[in-house]
Amino acid sequence: MSAGHAHALFVHGHSRVHRLPAQVKLVALVVFVVAVVATPREMVWAFAVDAALVSAAAAAAHLGPRFVAGRMLIGAPFLAGALLLPVVGGGARVVVGGLWLSLDGLWGAWAVIAKGTLGLAASIVLTATTPVPDLLAGLSRLRAPALVTAIAGFMVRYLEVIAGELHRTRVAMAARGYEPRWAWQGSALATSAGALFIRSHERGERVYDAMVSRGYQGRLPQLDAPVVTSSDWVHALALPLCATVAAVVAVIA
Amino acid sequence: MHIPDGYINLATSAGAGVTAAGGVGAILRRVGRTLNERQIPVAGLAAAFVFAVQLLNFPIAAGTSGHLLGGALVAILLGPWVGVIVLSVVVLLQALLFADGGVSALGLNVLNMGLIAVLVAWLVFRAVTAVLPKTAASVVSAAAVAAWASVVAASGGFVAEYALGGAGRVPVSTVFGAMVGVHALIGIGEGLITASVLAAVLAVRPDLVHGARVLGVRRAVAVPLDRRAVTAFVLAGLTSALLLVVVVAPRASSAPDALERIAAAEGNSGPGQTSLAAGSPLAHYGVAGVADAGVGTIVAGVIGLVATFGAGGAVLLVSSRRAARTARSEPTLP
Repeated sequence: MSAGHAHALFVHGHSRVHRLPAQVKLVALVVFVVAVVATPREMVWAFAVDAALVSAAAAAAHLGPRFVAGRMLIGAPFLAGALLLPVVGGGARVVVGGLWLSLDGLWGAWAVIAKGTLGLAASIVLTATTPVPDLLAGLSRLRAPALVTAIAGFMVRYLEVIAGELHRTRVAMAARGYEPRWAWQGSALATSAGALFIRSHERGERVYDAMVSRGYQGRLPQLDAPVVTSSDWVHALALPLCATVAAVVAVIA
Repeated sequence: MHIPDGYINLATSAGAGVTAAGGVGAILRRVGRTLNERQIPVAGLAAAFVFAVQLLNFPIAAGTSGHLLGGALVAILLGPWVGVIVLSVVVLLQALLFADGGVSALGLNVLNMGLIAVLVAWLVFRAVTAVLPKTAASVVSAAAVAAWASVVAASGGFVAEYALGGAGRVPVSTVFGAMVGVHALIGIGEGLITASVLAAVLAVRPDLVHGARVLGVRRAVAVPLDRRAVTAFVLAGLTSALLLVVVVAPRASSAPDALERIAAAEGNSGPGQTSLAAGSPLAHYGVAGVADAGVGTIVAGVIGLVATFGAGGAVLLVSSRRAARTARSEPTLP
């Protein structure tokens, strides 16, 4: 397994954010997102504070605004559904640009887009500064069930292998002049997915045998567990705590 | 189907998180006793498989997602308990690594796509196979029905969560018509693909299919999807989608109305009295709901169905063209 494997999301760097232990960053992400979601939608200033906090984290991690914006486009289609809310929402209606829109729906759409975008940006900062194996190790240090982290570990290790096999199947199909595009051609893709499952299963068995032959006894060794200092916690939690304060002030106000 | 942050309020998300953690935790304890360690790499590879298949846009499923959810597939291939864990791991990593579904909505997404989809699929699969002969063809047809039901049930989970704490106060009947109606259509694609994948696996390695093992179906028989069966399944799916939008959706509004009446009678939550209730679609719901419950909902639902079908179809057309083009232009050696 080469370094760099399955790390397409990771941006190499040596910033303070990169060096923070993964479990500390995970806790920070969850606290931040919860604070953002708890903020009442009418308190626009609180979202501005949150946006400034995420930007500060991205800047501290040496991630450019263009990089973060580019990554965020992945999440855009999921937020697009929110645009329907003003059209189908209930309650009082207002005329905006000649459209008869629901006031509640407009606020709802704003809430989903603002909160969704902030959550997206925060998790982009996490994945861009944390290698995936560290993230899984961080999850297990946060006492995630061993079975879950073990399965997740195999999943991320073999994700690119399996996706690569699927891609090669499609290339092989295209090379033979078959490019399924219409509904009635779906069964060809489904059949190759079936073959992919059998290959995945057999690969899983081979992987297990290979591990046993190398001395695997039901548990992967954890190497170089990083020492977590209280300064790590202070640094990582500073931002989410600011967001929490903003959320609390917004709720009270 | 992946809910982003901010769609559902924090109280509902937290409640769903506790429910999901409790359910998955109970299953983990149950599976931990029976799962041998050889199965862990296999489950991990199955999770990678589900992830890869979700990346694949099947040209058959027109809709907001446009890909397989895989709840029924893992339930029947791996069994319901391992299936729940595998799909929950997939949803967890999608949220953490790919920002697909919000971090605060993780409990909601695990509940809908991990627990509800997989368990409903397994229950329907067992119910359908109980009345059919124990053959490979029965496994495949039951899988199609189970996959349809799992997608509809997962979207039903979303509607319930939206009713409890959704943003934008859309009448519940409209949300029901749009989500459940559209997913009754998406479910047709899910059902056909699940059936085709299972037929392919059954033809080569029937021993790998948990659902077939449970039923004692061992003989490897290639079961291509029969054209008449496909037509019947599609027609049944379309009919139920229309029924859900036209008949059930307008009635869905009666439940929150009753809830609001109870709340008002007890006098602890008048419309818009507390900040907690003000953000929920239940507050003030009666007025908007009753006024346009009948025709409005049906029209909205049907417009939703048509719009989703059109938009989904367009996206799929473009994406499959692009996929075909990149497949052509990349000279990767197999």
